[in-house]
Amino acid sequence: MRIIFTVKMDKILLGHGSGGKLTADLISGLFRKYFRAPQLLEGRDAALLEIPGSTLVFTTDSFVIHPLFYPGGNIGKLAVCGTVNDLAVSGARPLFLSAGFILEEGCDMKLLESVVSSMAAEAEKAGISLVTADTKVVEKGKCDQIFINTSGIGCLLPAYRKPGHQYEVTCGDSIIVNGFIGDHAMAVLQARNDLGFSSGVSSDNACLHELVASLVHSGFRLKWMRDPTRGGLGTLLNELALQQHCGVFVEETAIPVRPEVEGLCELLGFDVLTLANEGKLVLVVPEEETAELLQQMKAHPLGQYAACIGRITDQSPGRVVMLTGVGGRRIVHPLLGEILPRIC
Amino acid sequence: MKSLEAFRDKELVQLLIEEIGRIAPPSVNLMEVCGGHTMAIQKAGLPSLLPPGIRLLSGPGCPVCVTSYDFIDQALALIRKEKVTITTYGDLIRVPGSGGNLAEARALGADIRVVYSLLEAIEMARKEPQKEIVFLGIGFETTAPATAAGLDLAVKEKLRNFSVFSAHKVMIPAMDALLEQGSPIHGYICPGHVSAITGSEVYRHLPSRFGACCVISGFEAVDILESILMLVKQYVSHEPVVEIQYRRVVRPEGNLKARELMDKYFELKDDWWRGLGVIPYSGLKIRPEYAAWNAEEKFGMQAVENKEPPGCICGLVLKGVKTPADCPLFANICQPSDPVGACMVSSEGACHAHYLYREDG
Repeated sequence: MRIIFTVKMDKILLGHGSGGKLTADLISGLFRKYFRAPQLLEGRDAALLEIPGSTLVFTTDSFVIHPLFYPGGNIGKLAVCGTVNDLAVSGARPLFLSAGFILEEGCDMKLLESVVSSMAAEAEKAGISLVTADTKVVEKGKCDQIFINTSGIGCLLPAYRKPGHQYEVTCGDSIIVNGFIGDHAMAVLQARNDLGFSSGVSSDNACLHELVASLVHSGFRLKWMRDPTRGGLGTLLNELALQQHCGVFVEETAIPVRPEVEGLCELLGFDVLTLANEGKLVLVVPEEETAELLQQMKAHPLGQYAACIGRITDQSPGRVVMLTGVGGRRIVHPLLGEILPRIC
Repeated sequence: MKSLEAFRDKELVQLLIEEIGRIAPPSVNLMEVCGGHTMAIQKAGLPSLLPPGIRLLSGPGCPVCVTSYDFIDQALALIRKEKVTITTYGDLIRVPGSGGNLAEARALGADIRVVYSLLEAIEMARKEPQKEIVFLGIGFETTAPATAAGLDLAVKEKLRNFSVFSAHKVMIPAMDALLEQGSPIHGYICPGHVSAITGSEVYRHLPSRFGACCVISGFEAVDILESILMLVKQYVSHEPVVEIQYRRVVRPEGNLKARELMDKYFELKDDWWRGLGVIPYSGLKIRPEYAAWNAEEKFGMQAVENKEPPGCICGLVLKGVKTPADCPLFANICQPSDPVGACMVSSEGACHAHYLYREDG
């Protein structure tokens, strides 16, 4: 009776899909053992492909979110935005999209149509064409209604510096985020109706490529650019500190968080820094460009609540230190395992 | 959350820190018993603000941290029975038993569901009469009344496919045991929500018998610092007493209704605590008259011997004798993503909180 399940880490756990440390372990421990293309090993949101006369940017993402519809979006809109954003933060103009649908036997046709029409509307708005697609149907119970995979191709914005030629992240640089964090996770959580109440928070689900393009074209020196999705802002800042071998210092009071999201975090014991976003952008820019960049971002609908949340330091490289609201200091860690499965 | 802003006021925090610094003795050990306090202290970064002589120790008040391997093993055995669905609060699903945890069992297809409230489990029992819904009851006086309320509903509705596997414990016997076992504690930051149920009288013997200072504290930075200031004042004046800082929630008499409900469905039993061993009258067992809702009786579960994992010093950490950083396993073999000891599992565990929020190393 005593030893029942002796499966330590030889099975996939939900935490492996959380975008946190377990996901990173899975990638480094398994996938990188077998897939070794240099573009993949660079570990970016999208791969840069050099072809004569141009640099293409290529990315892929899968969407298994539950429920399919939530305040501010649905799986179709998300499948476009998620892939567009991976291209956008790689400095690319999104051009072409593929979609693969995995459908469950018995899935309602009207439901599928509303997902697909919303996908089409979002793609048109983003100026990206869906040029190839595939459909598979599995037996009832083998997937949850609709899963979608999208891949995207874009071309690097001419004014954007390629990796390897980018401006160096240095001590004193500012860290910017374009608005409130944690909205997506809270919107999805409430749509699941697990909580039995509603706070009216909508997902931040949006395509960021226009905002990025406007900043690139204005000549700002964007030294580092990412979108914090699963794993949240805290996990992303840790990636910044590790990749750039620098210290990251952030001020809790400077990070934009809606009061209702903060309240829900209190209630549920979540750390808002680990909550998923689907329309957020984190930038590192020289200190002297900060004010002007913030001014331009705030003029854009997706940057209205942009804020400088901290700076790059030369202290404790690889670590993220936060000045707390009451003036204490603590370390911010990446998300470790599962907090909310199937959030995107 | 506007109402809480005053309790996070930076200037007030600064004033309290200065005042603590002014009267602080060269060395004093204060234990925050409750995991919620451990978490709040680390999250606000309070250790970086306090004078070095004030040592904050994390106590045994994180429910999953003190729950035995045996409990997890028995739950894993239970889930193998036909028709059984286990419902539990989220923290418990990664707690290691001697051979795996509930998350791994779930990955293998076991029907284990995380709930935010016991009422969800009751609802499942109503909707799925063909299933046996077992709720893993865990926690102290804060969650035990909710479990009792759930039992009350199930008994009244004659909901026969619902039962509770109780690992509920009570806090005060553990606080006594620590002092009896010689832990170097000068004062307790007493648990806020437990005290809301028990009231303040239950701590009365701690100052008189052990000379321990006691302050019942709230959970915001200002609450905790004010409590520390009150404790330090008691300590330097050699006048240990029981005081309530958390007056907006805690009354001396506690919550009588919740206590009545607990008394109706639970009786005290000797219980095993991880790191502390068997503590007399420290566990809550469902009374024999409600055996039909007691999973242990219903499924004839067998208790097995409790053991500590080799190398783990969770016990000494819980007693305040060692800090997480003293443990050779800390942050290398034992990490939040793959915990060895229980203190690393729950976000309220001393090792987990220390791992997440420490600024050094």
